Amino acid sequence: MPIKTARFLAIFTTRNKEFWRDRSALAWNILFPALVVLGFGFAFSGDRPNLYKVAVVEQGGATPALEFENTEYIRFLPVSDVQAAVTKVDRHQLDMLLDPAAQRYWINDTSPSGYILERVLHATGGADYTRETVSGRETRYIDWLIPGVLSMNMMFSALFGVGFVIVRYRKNGVLKRLKATPLTAFEFLSAQVMSRLWLILFTTTAVFIGSDLIIGFSMFGSYLDLFLVFTLGSICMISLSLLIAARVSSEELAGGLLNLISWPMMFLSGVWFSLEGLHPWVQKLAQVFPLTHLINASRAIMIDGAGLMDVASDIVVLVLMTLVLLAIGAWSFRWQ
Amino acid sequence: MSALLSIENLVKHYPGVKAVNGVSFELGQGVCFGLLGPNGAGKTTTVEMLEGIVTPTSGQVLYRGKALGQRFRNEAGIMFQSTALQDYISVYETLTLFRRLYPVSLPLEELIETCSLGEFLERDTRRLSGGQRQRLLLAIALVNNPHIVFLDEPTTGLDPQARHNFWELVRRIREDGKAILLTTHYMEEAYMLCDEVAIMDRGQIIALDTPQALLAAHYNDAVLQLPEDDFTGNGDDVAATVLRHDGKVEILTSDVEATIRRLIELHVPLQGLNIRPRTLEDLFLELTGKELRG
Repeated sequence: MPIKTARFLAIFTTRNKEFWRDRSALAWNILFPALVVLGFGFAFSGDRPNLYKVAVVEQGGATPALEFENTEYIRFLPVSDVQAAVTKVDRHQLDMLLDPAAQRYWINDTSPSGYILERVLHATGGADYTRETVSGRETRYIDWLIPGVLSMNMMFSALFGVGFVIVRYRKNGVLKRLKATPLTAFEFLSAQVMSRLWLILFTTTAVFIGSDLIIGFSMFGSYLDLFLVFTLGSICMISLSLLIAARVSSEELAGGLLNLISWPMMFLSGVWFSLEGLHPWVQKLAQVFPLTHLINASRAIMIDGAGLMDVASDIVVLVLMTLVLLAIGAWSFRWQ
Repeated sequence: MSALLSIENLVKHYPGVKAVNGVSFELGQGVCFGLLGPNGAGKTTTVEMLEGIVTPTSGQVLYRGKALGQRFRNEAGIMFQSTALQDYISVYETLTLFRRLYPVSLPLEELIETCSLGEFLERDTRRLSGGQRQRLLLAIALVNNPHIVFLDEPTTGLDPQARHNFWELVRRIREDGKAILLTTHYMEEAYMLCDEVAIMDRGQIIALDTPQALLAAHYNDAVLQLPEDDFTGNGDDVAATVLRHDGKVEILTSDVEATIRRLIELHVPLQGLNIRPRTLEDLFLELTGKELRG
């Protein structure tokens, strides 16, 4: 579809001016994410929460349960992929991996939790288990949390900054006035997307730099890769908000729908806690959320130093979701 | 005169409501056409179909003989009955925004001059008075130097001075040769500005002609107005129709001199006498009834 640059830029710059001059919106979009990141940064900058996670390799046949597995205050998670679980022990995402059939266990040499669990295991029927060790660096909770919080802020900014604004424009007649000009729906929507995209990337970059200077967090991957993933994730979230805003003309309904989408994503996409151990159906549901893939990819880049190829599956899902959401949103868009 | 806009049997039905039911007329170049009607008559729906904002249930609107399309968008200027503008944007920036949406636009200075916007160019559009806002909305409608301008109740809510100032602007536009389609429920406004008027009621046009021809076709009388207390008689006393409202007596007569002579014979004080010709308002009330219809 042809796009007239002048018309696109006219809408793009006007939307930017509107946003930057609205001090309350500006404060919300910059201060809120900064406060969330800093708040959690200070709250979790010390030791990680005192929660032990032990992965147990699933058995094909019946294996007598160890007394160890009845220990309270330890969360036992069934796993089938031993190698993936070992990696998680390496990164301190799991405190121990137990394979009862092979009578083996893995702990991280540098993990205090691993040391404690090993002592408990020996005292509760696992004294003759073979010890395997890994020695990867520790991933603090804040390091693990930051990609999720940044992604979550991007989600809120995209959903409410585009969807809500378009619904407001529709309700108060701004869209009707623009419809009476040669401006096409595609030009209008593109300008909205780009205006919010650059805003999200700007605020996220500012919050990232500021938070890193104050609390410091791990970044082992490429900044360019992270930027590309954040860009793709933002476009995907904006596309989702365009879908919501395509026809709705009630701000109350739009608010409800946006909350209906954003709250499950916030809790089930792995922002605050790992999806490990959740019901398999919940884990499957989480894969439907773009936020899950954005967090997976950005967390892998930041914590594990992954490259784009390593997170290709999440990127492909985000690209597909973006295309589908944009297509449906543009097709169903109504000025009034 | 070739029609710039041709409207053929336009119909718009909403569930349970026939908003517009078979409207047809033509609008020529350089003509100011007034669409009058009580609230709920279907004026705004009709105009929004002409503007391409609302899709008709049936019928068609042709601009220069063709269905509404990109050319119409480029050459039409529209001032809606109510329009919100983007927040935190000044008058100057709003004009700049809309100028950039069109392939051809009037010079900014000319727009500012025409619509007298110079005094508040840097003001946030949320802080404009009613008259200033209407002038800005008119400027937006003119930003593309349109061939046809739609003005939907442009002076509603304005004080008399602002309304007269606005009429002056509309006259200037008409003098530039632009076609104007004006909807209003101010009869004086229609009489002052329009070359042709159509009166709508219940989704249909019930009268269409020049204001003068409509009045000539319906009336050959004048109205004598007196304070209500000065004349307590009835129609038989003066051999004319007598109406009483708002503390006034109105005597509708085709022989003014004879009626005045009769009033003198009845010793009616004439200090408060006012004689006026019939107006579009009289015709409007007669054709549509006085009550407002939702």
